[in-house]
Amino acid sequence: MPNLSSRFVTATERAAPSGVPLRAFRYLPLFLGGIAALGLCAALSLALGARSVPLSTVLDALLGHGQGRDALVVTGLRVPRTVIGLAVGAALGVAGAVAQGITRNPLASPTTLGINAGAGFAVVVAIFALRLTDPVEYVWFAFAGAAAAAVFAQALAQRAGDIDPVRLALGGTVLQLVLLSWTSAVMLASQRTLDEARFWLAGSLAGRPLDTLWPVLPTLVLGLLLALAVAPALNALALGDDSAQALGVPVARIRLAGGIAVVLLAGSAVAVAGPVAFIGLAAPHLVRPLLGGDHRLLVPGCLIAGPLLLLTADVLGRLVIRPAELEVGIVTAFLGAPLLALLARKVAR
Amino acid sequence: MTTTNQLSTQGLDLRYGERLVVGGLDLTLPGGAVTAIVGPNACGKSTLLRGLSRLLAPAAGTVTLDGADIHRMPARALALRMGLLPQQPVTPEAVTVEALVRLGRYPHQRLLSPWSAADQRAVDEALERTGTAALRDQPVDRLSGGQRQRAWIALALAQDTELLLLDEPTTFLDLRHQLDVLDLVAALHAEAGRTVVMVLHDLGQAARYADHMVVLKDGRLAAAGAPGEVLDADLVRSVFDVECRVIPDPETGTPLVVPKGTAARHTTAAASA
Repeated sequence: MPNLSSRFVTATERAAPSGVPLRAFRYLPLFLGGIAALGLCAALSLALGARSVPLSTVLDALLGHGQGRDALVVTGLRVPRTVIGLAVGAALGVAGAVAQGITRNPLASPTTLGINAGAGFAVVVAIFALRLTDPVEYVWFAFAGAAAAAVFAQALAQRAGDIDPVRLALGGTVLQLVLLSWTSAVMLASQRTLDEARFWLAGSLAGRPLDTLWPVLPTLVLGLLLALAVAPALNALALGDDSAQALGVPVARIRLAGGIAVVLLAGSAVAVAGPVAFIGLAAPHLVRPLLGGDHRLLVPGCLIAGPLLLLTADVLGRLVIRPAELEVGIVTAFLGAPLLALLARKVAR
Repeated sequence: MTTTNQLSTQGLDLRYGERLVVGGLDLTLPGGAVTAIVGPNACGKSTLLRGLSRLLAPAAGTVTLDGADIHRMPARALALRMGLLPQQPVTPEAVTVEALVRLGRYPHQRLLSPWSAADQRAVDEALERTGTAALRDQPVDRLSGGQRQRAWIALALAQDTELLLLDEPTTFLDLRHQLDVLDLVAALHAEAGRTVVMVLHDLGQAARYADHMVVLKDGRLAAAGAPGEVLDADLVRSVFDVECRVIPDPETGTPLVVPKGTAARHTTAAASA
């Protein structure tokens, strides 16, 4: 059959195949820019608040020769707060990227999978039944609640042994609403629980000592490694289950591994900071226009974008009603709602 | 074991839940040939392709590739031998044509092995062959239907498999692009010796481009063989419930189905009842 494919064969030729090693470095300036912006945010987070501290004093305090109240504020309050913000933001950002990857749904996030609501409900029940009063004590209840909700959402989404991405997002949303109503019911039944839980439930980085972070550090790291490991397969999964399977991707196993990564990351985050919405949703959407849809870049990108968003929201929350402050969960919800509306429009289009 | 890329089914039953879609199918698809699977809507063509490509596990019977049960093969091992273009693949967001085609190299890569020169060569070649090299930096979600279909075929080519399964590759394309895709398939077979199995709607196109034809009706085999031997007026009547004449294609001599005029519209000659 001569000449049949002439239209294809005469396609534009390229002088040289684009260099492969260069590809990864093409985004280096963006990553460096992101890290610089994150550094700036961290510095502002250390300096700003009810009591503003000059950056020179911050530096002195960090190096250990600061004295006085300012230095004490920096090392005692703002360093833990900033470190926790970095860790929680990174966890939420990466969890969002993986959640959207495994469900193939741009509106998926730890919140829509019911994880935040599960943690919230577990903590409220623990406060009610066990009379807990300290966020450090909430950690494991939050984690258990998050994991249970995620497992339940996955079970809802199971169909013929496979997880249906649409059912997963829908099931998670329904589960979230049910859990939120139960949470409200418990709090309305007990004034004491309401008083204890309402600040934690808003989601905040304030008043958490670094001791709340250490217990979840292993799960955070494990979740991150798992997320990085499934990233290449998520690229194939983006083509649909059929195409991914034809490329040799063990679809069900990848989705399970990704789901575990989301639970480990989002569960750790909510255990430390309480439910913080929208970071997981927004971070991937912020990164995608810059780095493209390649999950091998998206996951590290969200590792930077997540804490960047969270710290910015936290610093904003300290400034808007100074000397009082707004919980970071409230700020992110406030900023995130319009974003969600915008995304929904874009998806519906 | 010889690798002739011969797919066959033995007593294959395929079900969706309780519904039996393909029943008791014994089929041999010749290796090194282009096979077209045809039949009326809902006859189980696409379902059969899903069964042949391991997307759907058989309720009974087996599917073998050169004698080995494909449902017992590791996913990656099968992906090195068989590529698939589904009917409606999901178009990923913010992914360039080249990034899409690079995914075809997925089964060839290991966790820690870097992108090799061979990988890049396969991608470049697939882009050239499908005429998408000029589009390589464009996002897939911005392409036209014809361009997008060629990008998807490039992805399957980059996978570099001896066997290529295509589910209605010409649907949603205009005539020019339909011919482009089918000509490309023919060239792949003629020049690279690939075995191709595709589901097609158009009987004339199937007869033109396929060496072997499988006709399904209600999930059962109605006929199989060379188009010239299989396709006649009786078959079209019994399978499609259409009265027709089958004449030699004036261009290629392959069978061409010409339905008899039933309605009076647009008939210049008197329609014979």
